Amino acid sequence: MPEQSEIRYLTPPTVEIKKKKYCRFKKNGIKYIDYKDPEFLKKFLNEQGKILPRRITGTSLKFQRKLSVAIKRARHLALLPYVTDLLK
Amino acid sequence: MQNNYEAVFIMTPVLSDQQMKEAVDKFKTVLSNGGAEIVHEENWGLKKLAYPVSHKSTGFYQLLQFKSAPELIKKFETELKRDERIIRWLTVSLDKHALEYASKRIQRLSGQKAAEEAKQEEPKQEQVAVEQENNKEE
Repeated sequence: MPEQSEIRYLTPPTVEIKKKKYCRFKKNGIKYIDYKDPEFLKKFLNEQGKILPRRITGTSLKFQRKLSVAIKRARHLALLPYVTDLLK
Repeated sequence: MQNNYEAVFIMTPVLSDQQMKEAVDKFKTVLSNGGAEIVHEENWGLKKLAYPVSHKSTGFYQLLQFKSAPELIKKFETELKRDERIIRWLTVSLDKHALEYASKRIQRLSGQKAAEEAKQEEPKQEQVAVEQENNKEE
């Protein structure tokens, strides 16, 4: 572990203040995730239509499970694609 | 015992409006003959599919929410499966949270419908007003 004085930057490094992630379902009191609303579910997909991990979205485990079921139902009904490019 | 279920199915886009309604009616009668009570129905119209299903890129979406005995579901799904007009379907049972959400959704949709009708057609607005008065009298 190098001491701080050893590292010198030309420009002072911008220290990012980490925003605490939160579960938006818990925060907003959403109890049921609707599979019929693809626009909402798209917030939890990446550009290829894959489900984003919890570590990125901050969703709690309970709702991540429900979310994945909802997304899979939406995919079955062709509301969301299984595989794609440039979803967003 | 009756559980709450929700079914969404996709019909082929080659059907005319009349044929589509016939298909929907057919499944509604299957449900009602089996002793189910249809709580809510929604027609989403012709929608684009996210990926081709049986070489079709569009389809008519129909939603049915109903109360029925669990035994009926198998029969209902066999009917869906046998029908060539249906290209995809999904039946899910609704838990208490889903039910709450569904009832809110119904309210929201009926509210929207009423607002639209009131805006678009003046005579209907009067009708609604008359109906409301009638309700008050009752």
